[in-house]
Amino acid sequence: MSAQRMALNQPKDFSFSAAAEKEIDMWVAKYPADRQRSALIPALWIAQKDAGGWLPEVAMRAVADKLSMAYIRVYEVATFYTMYNLSPVGEHFIQLCGTTPCWLRGSDDLKAVMKRRIGGQNTITADGKLSWLEVECLGACSNAPMIQISNAAGDHYYEDLTAESFDALLDKLVAGEQPAQGPQNTRHTSEPEGGATVLIDASIYKQGRKLTKLPNQAKKLEIVRHAGASKAAPVKAGKPKAATKPKAKTSPKPKVVNAPKAAAKPTPKVLYTDGPTDGTPDDLKVIKGIGPVFEGELNSKGIYYYRQIGAWKAADVKMVEGEALARFPGRIKRDDWVKQAKTLAKAVAKAAAKGV
Amino acid sequence: MADLLRDEDRIFKNLYGLHDWKLDGARQRGAWEGTSAMLGQGRDWIIDQIKASGLRGRGGAGFPTGLKWSFMPKEVGARPHYLVVNADESEPGSCKDRDILRNDPHLLIEGCLVASFAMQAHACYIYVRGEYIQERNRLQAAIDEAYAAGLVGKNACGSGFDFDIYMHHGAGAYVCGEETALLESLEGKKGQPRLKPPFPANAGLYGCPTTVNNVESIAVTPTILRKGAEWFTSFGRDNNKGTKVFSISGHVNRPCNVEEAMSIPMKLLLEHHAGGVRGGWDNLKCVIPGGSSVPLLPKEICDTVLMDFDALREHQSGLGTAAVIVMDKSTDVVKAIARLSYFYKHESCGQCTPCREGTGWMWRVMERMVVGNAKTSEIDMLLDVSKQIEGHTICALGDAAAWPIQGLIRHFRPEIEERINLYRNDKPTFVQAAE
Repeated sequence: MSAQRMALNQPKDFSFSAAAEKEIDMWVAKYPADRQRSALIPALWIAQKDAGGWLPEVAMRAVADKLSMAYIRVYEVATFYTMYNLSPVGEHFIQLCGTTPCWLRGSDDLKAVMKRRIGGQNTITADGKLSWLEVECLGACSNAPMIQISNAAGDHYYEDLTAESFDALLDKLVAGEQPAQGPQNTRHTSEPEGGATVLIDASIYKQGRKLTKLPNQAKKLEIVRHAGASKAAPVKAGKPKAATKPKAKTSPKPKVVNAPKAAAKPTPKVLYTDGPTDGTPDDLKVIKGIGPVFEGELNSKGIYYYRQIGAWKAADVKMVEGEALARFPGRIKRDDWVKQAKTLAKAVAKAAAKGV
Repeated sequence: MADLLRDEDRIFKNLYGLHDWKLDGARQRGAWEGTSAMLGQGRDWIIDQIKASGLRGRGGAGFPTGLKWSFMPKEVGARPHYLVVNADESEPGSCKDRDILRNDPHLLIEGCLVASFAMQAHACYIYVRGEYIQERNRLQAAIDEAYAAGLVGKNACGSGFDFDIYMHHGAGAYVCGEETALLESLEGKKGQPRLKPPFPANAGLYGCPTTVNNVESIAVTPTILRKGAEWFTSFGRDNNKGTKVFSISGHVNRPCNVEEAMSIPMKLLLEHHAGGVRGGWDNLKCVIPGGSSVPLLPKEICDTVLMDFDALREHQSGLGTAAVIVMDKSTDVVKAIARLSYFYKHESCGQCTPCREGTGWMWRVMERMVVGNAKTSEIDMLLDVSKQIEGHTICALGDAAAWPIQGLIRHFRPEIEERINLYRNDKPTFVQAAE
């Protein structure tokens, strides 16, 4: 059993922010009228966020009053669940998963980094920025080892860490940056490193044949595609309805309309070069989501510099995806390469200006 | 027999989140197709189809899903019916539901509608584990989309059936993955399991008839109905039908989640999808095949074992949540299991004495065994105590704490003994002093 105790030094008062009150009301509305107690766990979580990352006793009492509950019922819940911090935490609160799947892949190395930089568990660094805690399995085992960081920007998972990448991550946090969440190597989510080996058959993502009847159906029924908020009439047996309008779907054919030179808006000159004609090529791998393979493909298309990627418009993204990254539709947008590249390009330009 | 699953037969086509998770993307992949016709077929048809598909619960216990649904009262009486989806994924090794929640949320929502309709539940709660904050935001956004499109809510999908779906979240307690503890937690209490009977189908959430299902069990149902029960039964051996998302972690070259047909040989699964064991298959020491609660299997068994409920049970282990944790020869297996013992000690809810006291006791003994500071006779004592915890608690957490240790002793007893002997040889004075 994990026993949690309340902190000795407790603040005197606490009041909900207006947004928090509203959010709690939203939760209460989810449950039947006399069951507002069901909203307790979300409400305590909101109170914890409101109180600066930990849950003082006054906040528990405020929640109890709001949900018309006895204080003891709230204390009991707040001390039972491990996500309620009953004593103050750092501005960036780091939870390290130390359970066997993460341990097998080196969570001890991460622990050593934290011991070196922060100290023991629940120690807050002198600047108030960092504190950490070893927790039990956080449910990202195929991306082990991993941590969760909670701060003002939210709660994010950082996965596939090594001691080095974790150290760098902490540097960024201390410097006031918010590192991008997710795997810290070349993976996107839980696919094997180096790219997915399944779900690569592009034909399964094309708009397939529409279902005309259900297999083994007991009654003959028309398949009605419920399109949007417009009310489709209830289905009746043997009475075909004309309401079958598949809602405006994204075009099934991702054919690129804009050829590089025909494209009016994006300037093709920026997009493609015949080679690294403008000095040393930039290291595109710095952009999250680009690994050695992607870099090679981009280079082969004449893309060598951050500024090229930074200048992409939607049509260019589509085109590059169509040509070089056909296996990973949507990837550029998801990782927001363009924005990343813009920032990097600016930094490069600045450095160059300084150099001169 | 060893054919791999084809991409077109995978249910979760956006498992890796490489495509649009939103409604448009999900529809393109076939979600929400023919949903109203499924509801039009009637609730008995849905339950019969799910029974015929042989779907067994994907949350660990492997109870037939269609049968579970049929336990709900046929008619709605004074008390409303509820469907509760268990997305409190906390079993060490398991991370499949997370990918469904964040990358294919519409399949889950559609499944909730179909399952709720079959059980005449007008409200459904999805209990997401507290730490999955990004995932629950994603799920909520998908629910909002479904409401806006009229797929859920009043007259869901134009079927005349009113259906409300809510996201709820926990706050970090493994035991809330147990169905009655989850219901307690959903009612705003400590997550302590309830005595059964009454079973949730009689008295569950707020004392009303309730069915609790795992995310994956619910999310696969619409696709089964769309493609037919025969399609689903074409995968896997008898009594172990269908496809399953496996989470592969530990000492493999490329850990990953992957959907595969049931009854795939473990070796094929690891070598084909996860890049093989680090240092080659012969470097394998043991595998925990179904999440931390099931006993581990040594390499000799892993060479040939199939990944399904019955094959693993024959070897005194289990499929559990199909979370495969691989350990190579470099692993200190005693320490690996001791860490799991700590996990169970930490997560015991404290309600039943055998578990509350026993998990701590077992962990402390295991920590001594890691260094070898124990007597050989204590191995048997540990085994004996684990047997006294197993089956003597309200919920299965006591069993789950006992099984990994039993598996360790069953297969690696010589290693523990050797360690004890080494420790004694190093410290002869200590042994004398102790006697």
